[in-house]
Amino acid sequence: MQAYLDAVATGYPTLPPFVVYLLGMLAFGALVVFVFILPVAGITSWVERRVWARIQSRIGPNRVGPGGFLQWLADGLKNLLKEDVIPAAVDVPLFRLAPYVVVAGFCAAFVALPFAGSLIIADLNIGILYVSAITSLVVIGILMAGWSSNNKWSMLGGIRSATQIICYEIPVGLSIFPAVLLSGTLSMQGIVAAQGWAPTSWHMFHSPFLFVAFVMFFVGALAEGNRTPFDLPEADSELVAGFATEYSGMRSLLFFLAEWGNLYVIGVLVSTLFMGGWQVPRFTDNTTLLTVAQFATMFLKAYFWVFVAMWVRATLPRVRVDQFMTLCWKYMVPIGLVNVIGTAVVMVMLPNGSAVLRWMMAAVAVAILVQFARRVRFHLRRADYGRLGRISEDPA
Amino acid sequence: MSLELEFDDGREVFATEEMTLNMGPQHPSTHGVLRFIIRADGEVMRSAKADVGYLHRSIEKIAEKVGWRGFMPYTDRVDYVAAMTTNQAWAMAAEVLGGVTVPRRGEYCRVIAAELGRICSHLLAAGAMGMDIGAITPFTHAVRERELINDLLEELCGARLTFNYMRVGGVAWDLPPGFGAKVLRFLDHFEPYVDELDDLLSNNKIYIERLAGVAVVTRERAIAYNLVGPNLRASGVKYDIRKHLPYSVYPEFEFDVPIGMGLHGSVGDCWDRYIVRLHEMRQSARILRQALEGLPEGPVIAKVPRNYKPAAGEIHVHVETPRGDQSWYVVADGTEYPYRVHIRTGSFAAMSIIEELSRGLMVADLVALIASFDIVAPEVDR
Repeated sequence: MQAYLDAVATGYPTLPPFVVYLLGMLAFGALVVFVFILPVAGITSWVERRVWARIQSRIGPNRVGPGGFLQWLADGLKNLLKEDVIPAAVDVPLFRLAPYVVVAGFCAAFVALPFAGSLIIADLNIGILYVSAITSLVVIGILMAGWSSNNKWSMLGGIRSATQIICYEIPVGLSIFPAVLLSGTLSMQGIVAAQGWAPTSWHMFHSPFLFVAFVMFFVGALAEGNRTPFDLPEADSELVAGFATEYSGMRSLLFFLAEWGNLYVIGVLVSTLFMGGWQVPRFTDNTTLLTVAQFATMFLKAYFWVFVAMWVRATLPRVRVDQFMTLCWKYMVPIGLVNVIGTAVVMVMLPNGSAVLRWMMAAVAVAILVQFARRVRFHLRRADYGRLGRISEDPA
Repeated sequence: MSLELEFDDGREVFATEEMTLNMGPQHPSTHGVLRFIIRADGEVMRSAKADVGYLHRSIEKIAEKVGWRGFMPYTDRVDYVAAMTTNQAWAMAAEVLGGVTVPRRGEYCRVIAAELGRICSHLLAAGAMGMDIGAITPFTHAVRERELINDLLEELCGARLTFNYMRVGGVAWDLPPGFGAKVLRFLDHFEPYVDELDDLLSNNKIYIERLAGVAVVTRERAIAYNLVGPNLRASGVKYDIRKHLPYSVYPEFEFDVPIGMGLHGSVGDCWDRYIVRLHEMRQSARILRQALEGLPEGPVIAKVPRNYKPAAGEIHVHVETPRGDQSWYVVADGTEYPYRVHIRTGSFAAMSIIEELSRGLMVADLVALIASFDIVAPEVDR
């Protein structure tokens, strides 16, 4: 990307180089936003509704397009055409600006997300720091929305969001730290490069501390994405719709777009930091083919965590604000500190890691998964609902 | 602007300006048209005052104009989540005043219908409780099961919500052919489902954390505030109208009266109120099985004159609805219209204690509190 723009800038000496770079950035940014981010966020909304529906014995949206796949386009179109209601007593500039800040916050995170070995908009040397900083912009937007709405429910939602970021940012930061220590770099590509394609070479299985950090990061990321069980800012049964109460039409949709888009960001971050990112075995020398495989790997890994987040949201109740603060400050921060020190100690004792430890950790993870599957299977009743049909029908 | 705030129990918290919040009449978790005026300090409530009356439809007054038999459809609307038991209360009041004896098969039909209605109502209560705490899935699962009962009741009386099934002197229609087998088939399916709900919701760690020890109603407070039904029993008072002021054919059935045990917090907390309802569904299933087994033959409705005129007098009827002791005070003056009808409902009793309990709770807890009392707004206002 950079090299291409350099070539263009030298190729057209009539234009000042900064104009070339600016136009190039705008064009490429628009391309990424419209070709990748918006469709991913939109399709995630459809996937989420279908997944929920399956979990809740419903069908979900199935009318627009095959299996309802185009529902997100229909919803987007509908919301674009809806009247943009701005209540009389709101703080108009802030109220109008807030959704854009939220969307900008999550779109900007994509700048440093690695899609594949050669696919990254900008491989910043402080990549992970940049992502965790820029996603906080979402909270600023939410706080703006809550404050400017001139509605007490909105304000409670906004304040809750601010409370939440103070609580989760530190545990999330502390759980990123062990991965960064291991990689020796803050660059996203560097972190991915420090891992291999095989699960045993993932950061997740380096030592027990990394594994705990991985779980903690996912929990913190759920809070960052305002997802159940930590969807306190928009707690629909308590605060009506929280910060989004007064919003309608496209502005309201933008908040949700950011939420669904953030899901994908969370997935990418978890995969990058702990699950080897886009790493695939070097099965061919064809760079294009390799890039496609890397992109697919990254996407599937990220989407797996998106799916888990949906699953969690459909299953778990919401914690209370004070319980969330207790969780973060009393449990996750101390555990996070222990993780950082523990990782450092392990790195000093085993400078090259230990294959035995890695295999053991992988075995533990498999054991956890097996136990989980066993429990779920135990709890799953025979799917007799389909056979039962309407009770009123005479038993055949 | 004060910086220190002291609650009645002497707790001091850092406080800022007080804020008045209107929860309702349009709010997703007030279960109908209810309004709470919340005085809150940030998220912590100083008080939540209930403002009732948004759903007042003068049902008691209507009774004075439509007559003994014509009032039956209106009773459905008193508590539309459990219309069968309300039907039964009115029928019982009219029958006692007029000296009508219901045929035994009629009483059995009533019990079967009422217990199906009770399961229906408790399912909705349990599901909505999960929904208010933020778990969406249990609600749809509960509604799915409720749909099966609705199908059954539709077959029984043609309606899915406002049944209008009972009549003065019995019930409108006998059980349709094969109904018993279908109910048994439903129960075989349903009883494991209640265990599933336990796995899905009741024993969820977050769910317990949110409910256990929250808004505890002690035994004394429950009696003092005249709480009834599951709300009273959750506080450890073993009192069920079906057992202690027996009516209909309930003495013929064996069932237990579940009470709150304080399994995760203290007796009488929100979780107890929830779990008592779950246990009651199991007991209702037990009653249903016995009723279907012992179903006698015969007519389902007694001969009642078209122009029903009970003798002058007054009567106080108690019926155990899903929301507790619903007491009907009916005065007859010997004409074809009742002179005065008054209904005291379980939700109405529960509304009075909310203000006291809400002090010092968080806004999120109020939602749990309302849900745990299983308040149905039309029943509060009638």
